[in-house]
Amino acid sequence: MTGFAELLAESQVVICCGTGGVGKTTTSAATALAAATAGRRACVVTIDPAKRLADALGIGDLSNTPTVIDGPWDGTLAALMLDTESTFDEVVRRYAHDDAQADRILGNRFYKNISGTLSGTQDYMAVEKLSELSSSGEWDLIVVDTPPTRDALAFLEAPKLLTRLLDNPIYKVVTASNRGLIGVANRAAQGVLRQLARVVGAAVVDEAVAFFQAFQGMEDGFRDRAKSTLELLGDDRTSFVLVASPRSDTLDEARYFLDRIRAADLDASGVVVNRMLPGTGVDADRAAVIRAGLADTPGASAATALGDLAAAAADDEDRVTDLTERAPDAVLVRVPMLNDDVHDLDGLRRIADLLTADAQ
Amino acid sequence: MQPSDFFSSSNVLIVAGKGGVGKTVTAAVVATAASRAGQSVLLVEVAGRSGAASLFGAEPKGYEESTVFEEAEIDGVRHGSITLKSITPDAALVEWLETHGFKRLVGRMATTGLLEVVATATPGIKDLLILGRIKAFEGAGTYDLIVIDAPAAGHAVGFLRSPAGVRDAAKTGVLHRQAAEVLEMISDPARCKVVLVTIPEETPVNEMIETSFAIEEDLGVHLGPAVVNSVLPELDDLDHDLATPAAEPDLDLTDSERTALATAADFRAGRLRLQREQLDRLGAALPLDQIRLPHQFGSSIGPDEIAELATVLTAAIEALPQEGDG
Repeated sequence: MTGFAELLAESQVVICCGTGGVGKTTTSAATALAAATAGRRACVVTIDPAKRLADALGIGDLSNTPTVIDGPWDGTLAALMLDTESTFDEVVRRYAHDDAQADRILGNRFYKNISGTLSGTQDYMAVEKLSELSSSGEWDLIVVDTPPTRDALAFLEAPKLLTRLLDNPIYKVVTASNRGLIGVANRAAQGVLRQLARVVGAAVVDEAVAFFQAFQGMEDGFRDRAKSTLELLGDDRTSFVLVASPRSDTLDEARYFLDRIRAADLDASGVVVNRMLPGTGVDADRAAVIRAGLADTPGASAATALGDLAAAAADDEDRVTDLTERAPDAVLVRVPMLNDDVHDLDGLRRIADLLTADAQ
Repeated sequence: MQPSDFFSSSNVLIVAGKGGVGKTVTAAVVATAASRAGQSVLLVEVAGRSGAASLFGAEPKGYEESTVFEEAEIDGVRHGSITLKSITPDAALVEWLETHGFKRLVGRMATTGLLEVVATATPGIKDLLILGRIKAFEGAGTYDLIVIDAPAAGHAVGFLRSPAGVRDAAKTGVLHRQAAEVLEMISDPARCKVVLVTIPEETPVNEMIETSFAIEEDLGVHLGPAVVNSVLPELDDLDHDLATPAAEPDLDLTDSERTALATAADFRAGRLRLQREQLDRLGAALPLDQIRLPHQFGSSIGPDEIAELATVLTAAIEALPQEGDG
């Protein structure tokens, strides 16, 4: 692999990972724009973008269908802002046997907890949306901006979120009792349920039980879906791109991230480091000499600025080198620090150009 | 304001902010400044992986409490001890169940995955129980001040909303009582305040503005001063023309070095202009005192930088107006 443009050309799915505050949403949107510029039909799934960027993309509100953005590119650029709860509702309706079953589930409070607040649900629905867009055949490239998370693998674990609950003994007890098959082992489990009611209250346990009962018959659909989604995530044409910034604390997180990705037998195909300081062509030592030499002259401030910048740029470079040693096969892209947040298409095009510029 | 008054005005300070704004660093700086003001400090990390230990030049100790600074008298001034403690959500849940008569249940729950069902059935339970642990520390009175390195903003609002959420979901029982007690703690400014952290850039400033309104108006939790991290020092005369040879006789500046000086000066001037815009915007939107901590140019932040920043923080607190009745 030589550069980011080639990486994009060979991918059908790009998953942008990284911690919050590193420009992940902007990088995701610019990546999709780069693909559209290369003539492909690209769609970016964003999660909670900054308002002005969302407005620029024409997705000021949550939406579950891609909005096509017009612009001077050969391909197609579309974006959507993930609506976690409606996406979950759609999934339930898809697998429910009839409307009555779907309604029972959608009206259940335990379900609402899962769809609205459970950590991991955002990741789960992002993967679900990816899966849906991918099977529609309408897109050559889908770029997914992942939720900010500390755990690199939350995204990979996400499709198992519901099936893990379904593998739970409570589910088995509840569905068995529904068929009148309460055995000795189950009676023990029912004792657990009663104790649980003392902790969280009977109403809460009743809702959970009602949820599991309502879910009967749908578990196979969900299991199959989780399996095929995991296959899509592991596909050769699915690329993980780590987005980072050269600040030491975010790079610590990025290193942790790369180690976790590797431990899961996956590779980061690309590493995008945003906010790189501009080079000055003067090394840090010489800059320090100049700073001392110009102290108490009218050029002292400029010399301080140069000294600070050259030293900081050298530190950044050291940290980025250290990071890339953890992902030697990944394409590395450095994006310079921009003076403003990106909130229009021109800004995104500038980033897209920087991403796909010749190998760095 | 006297730093000792500032640090004894609440039992618990929750340091919160968007990822990447230096929340952990700020928490360590607050702990250090409080220690210098004579307070014994417990610094609690709740996000999971511990980053605070290395800021004090210590090895991370996992979930045990570990004292990274022993009480001492330095230059005639008593410094309080600093102790670190990491609490994870799962551990908080298990510990709480065990101490509330559900010890046998816990063993079964762990092996059967029931913990997950409990957590799903009661959203916010883990966050609540972390706050419950903090309340227990507060009640024990072992430490003068408890500083919390909170989950990232967004998460921070959910974290602080958890007691009200759980109180309303679990209508009766031990959990309900626990939620009510925690809620009492976090809404009493003499017991708990939130210190929000940001950096002088557009998105983090927006986030701080939104979060502070959510915390104060929606949740009724009180805010301490706003901390702005990573503030670049102002420089005068950045527009000085270096093209003409002037008072730099021994340097033998090359043309490209002159260009580099101009480029660096321009870059810095641009950053400073944007920084001023963001600081002004923050000041206009939030009626909170601002404490500004300088940008650290070094390659990484360690004990020396924390000590230096603590000196800046102490000076900034001294410059704050005295609180009316405290």
